[in-house]
Amino acid sequence: MAVAATTKTGARPSRAGRRLAVPAWTGTVPFLAYVGVFLLWPTGIVVVDSLKNPSGAWQLSNITELANPLVRGYFIGSFKLCLLSSVAGAVLGAILAYAVASGNPDGVVRRLYLAASGVLAQFGGVTLAFAFLVLIGPVGLLFHASWFYEFPWGIGLIYTYFQIPLMVLVFLPAIDGLKIQWREASENLGASAWQYWRYVGGPLLAPAFLGATLLLFANALSAFATIAAWENQIAYVVPQQISTALSSEVGLSNVNVADLLALGMIVMVAIVMTLYVLLQRRAARWLR
Amino acid sequence: MAALAPVGEVVREPAARRAAGVSARRRRRLNAFRYLVFTVFGLFFALPLLAMARFSLEGAKLGTWSLTAWSQIASYQGTQAVGIPPLISSIEITLELALITCTVIVLLLVPTMIWIRLRVRWLSRTFEFLCLLPLTIPAIVLVVGLGPIYNRIQRISLSSLMLFWVYVILALPYAYRALAAGLGGLDVTTLAEAARSLGARWLTVIVRVIVPNMWQAILNALLLTSALVLGEFTIAYLLLYNNLQVELYSISRNTPNAGVLFATSTAALAFAFALLLILSYVGRRRRRSRG
Amino acid sequence: MTPQATSAQEAATRNAVEVQMTGLSRRYGQVVALDGLDLTLQPGELVALLGPSGCGKTTTLRLLAGLEDADAGQITVAGRDITHVPASRRDMGMVFQAYSLFPHMTVRQNVAFGLRLRRAVAAVRDRRAVEMLELVGLSEQADRYPHQLSGGQQQRVALARALAIEPQVLLLDEPLSALDAKVRAQLRDEIRRIQLEVGITTLFVTHDQEEALAIADRVGVMRDGRLEQLASPTDVYSRPATAFVAEFVGLSNRLAGTVSGGVVTVRGCDLPLMDRSTPDGPAMALVRPEAVTLASGYPADSGPLTGTVIASTFLGATSRVTVDLGDTTILAQLATADATAHPAGSRVTLAIRPDPVLVAVDGATSAGEGA
Repeated sequence: MAVAATTKTGARPSRAGRRLAVPAWTGTVPFLAYVGVFLLWPTGIVVVDSLKNPSGAWQLSNITELANPLVRGYFIGSFKLCLLSSVAGAVLGAILAYAVASGNPDGVVRRLYLAASGVLAQFGGVTLAFAFLVLIGPVGLLFHASWFYEFPWGIGLIYTYFQIPLMVLVFLPAIDGLKIQWREASENLGASAWQYWRYVGGPLLAPAFLGATLLLFANALSAFATIAAWENQIAYVVPQQISTALSSEVGLSNVNVADLLALGMIVMVAIVMTLYVLLQRRAARWLR
Repeated sequence: MAALAPVGEVVREPAARRAAGVSARRRRRLNAFRYLVFTVFGLFFALPLLAMARFSLEGAKLGTWSLTAWSQIASYQGTQAVGIPPLISSIEITLELALITCTVIVLLLVPTMIWIRLRVRWLSRTFEFLCLLPLTIPAIVLVVGLGPIYNRIQRISLSSLMLFWVYVILALPYAYRALAAGLGGLDVTTLAEAARSLGARWLTVIVRVIVPNMWQAILNALLLTSALVLGEFTIAYLLLYNNLQVELYSISRNTPNAGVLFATSTAALAFAFALLLILSYVGRRRRRSRG
Repeated sequence: MTPQATSAQEAATRNAVEVQMTGLSRRYGQVVALDGLDLTLQPGELVALLGPSGCGKTTTLRLLAGLEDADAGQITVAGRDITHVPASRRDMGMVFQAYSLFPHMTVRQNVAFGLRLRRAVAAVRDRRAVEMLELVGLSEQADRYPHQLSGGQQQRVALARALAIEPQVLLLDEPLSALDAKVRAQLRDEIRRIQLEVGITTLFVTHDQEEALAIADRVGVMRDGRLEQLASPTDVYSRPATAFVAEFVGLSNRLAGTVSGGVVTVRGCDLPLMDRSTPDGPAMALVRPEAVTLASGYPADSGPLTGTVIASTFLGATSRVTVDLGDTTILAQLATADATAHPAGSRVTLAIRPDPVLVAVDGATSAGEGA
């Protein structure tokens, strides 16, 4: 069994370096094998299977299925939700990250917010949906709001709730990297607070901000737990439809639907990524 | 993907004195801004959680208080008919999963990262790319492709613990970034050369010299990995495994016992939060202040 | 100094301003960083503040720049009280220790930034930037980004940027400390040349005594938030006002002796005291290595100043020789020829030239720790 064999050696890649005859890169083989089996292989399966028909023959025309209005609807839904939650999360998260960063680096506030961010960014999922249902759901403690069930507002709010902490985690190092000398130098040269952010702080943070926003977008795209626990009557986004395709027992014909939707998601990420690279190139000329 | 690398990489040194030496006027304005932000965000984050906690303490009559739901966490038996196992077993499995995933990821990542820094520099871009790749391949896409692979794993073992194989992949970007931050602050080459010149073998260099200098980073990687495993739902659910989040989901779908649901959710959140907070203190290194 | 430079200097000095700080105090919690400092900079003068870390020299500069607020005291520039003027309106050019250039702007944009904030027309901005870059000798690098420059070049750009806004005062916060020794000396001289050419009143903060002595019109030695001495480099070196200054600036031997009637007797030599009112009794005399010479005639076999050479450091024309006198060691700065004649291991007899000296009354007071 190939799978079992990989981890036997996984623990000690350093062995390879001891003998001179073995080239140094062999030390990375366990890692590469692991990633190959559990990341690259599954991704490859998705790509290949989505272009085959259920009996296993190539069928490139599958791609056109992505243009099917029903399928397109899920992608548009996903896009709306991701855009809303990643932009809102990025902006609000950046503000919070700045407030955290400008305090004492060893202070309690920073520890609290970082620990909470670590939990809430990863932990959202099912729990979070419950929490919001209790707050503004049908028997909400705070209030009952009809927009809460309107896509994408209610679910967008919950997504933003876990996007903000993720933004804090990934953006905080960038803010910490703003040197105090830059602030002082611009002040010394006559800059007001606004001018500092307009000409110095803003442009310096732009590449990191863009990168973080993209990360948030990808995060929202793959989020499934929250929306699964929020509402299971209507499918709005791609992951829900993939879930349905995977679990419905209609037979083999459906398997490729999941693959195709998955491929669509990969394409979507690729598009966003390309966009990001182009923007990044403009924003960070000075980095190279 | 490599384009993602610059996120947060402007960092070289933490601006320790950020607030210390500014003029009083600016500090007042800054503090006003900070307190406003902390209050608003604090409310936003705390309200849903408090609501959930309050609901878990709801007594039989509306508006009363009771610990019944909390006392049921340990004894909740699930509903075998709809495939819900006892709650306590899901909690156990999830904790064990966190432990295994953490162990594997450290054993897999730490030596490889150090080794690449020391001996195989030309691989570092590719390595970084591979580590950050899971950020952009949605978990749900991974599930679709993992079907055939998990078919084979299930021939060996049906245990939910087998989820760790893919959890390692999910945690890879977070663990990598934490470790990379730690390694970045070390002059690994010089450390290794010094140790080698004193007669240390490569294994000794890694285990005795470099690893002790990056404890904080390893700890951070472990924290993020644990939090991820404790909160993971998508893959477990779609591969038809059981873990804490799947169980909570099933309870919410199939039984009316909202109390135990909210109590467990609250407890799990509080547990993860406490874990991260405590470890953030345990692992701290004193920052040196300069005069 | 060429004639042109001198006339430029005179022209510029006419516009230079006087900077006056009175009773400046600043504390951080319990720590007193600055304790009632009085300091006046004459128009066009370069004053270097020198001292160990934590002595308050950087605080002084930051208070003057407006980056921090004084708890008490007053700052006037050209007679105008600016104590409560925010940093952005103080019109002072500042060069930081390192890494203060904006990494996302080219060299030209960095230099022009201050003028851009002042809404200067693009043409004016460009002309001024070019001028400034010529002044610091970096015209060729105008379109590079900071990370493409060496540390020394970056500091030149920082200087050009600070001067581009035609500030009234130039503030230099250890601008050379992050550079290599050779670049440091070179840039130090260049800063001085430019400062004279522009004729701008300048405060220069450093912990490097050699730097301070080489560059400044006057050197202020600071300690614990107070000014110990403010005088010309030669005075600070040869006529230190306090034992702290004597030990912090240059090297000093600490030799046990006895004070009596304005004279301290050290190992058989009578040395006049700078401060004739020093009370009688045992004391530590501070003797410069260059005041220690070889005794003429044959070396005595024993005596209070006879010992064994244990090390010799070649400095060029002179060498610094460490001699073990049995109960203590002493540093002597000798002509290299003499030093070579007495290699490590040989017996020598020394003499102390009767220059006026200071004594450290409190034996525990040592300046060395912070340096």
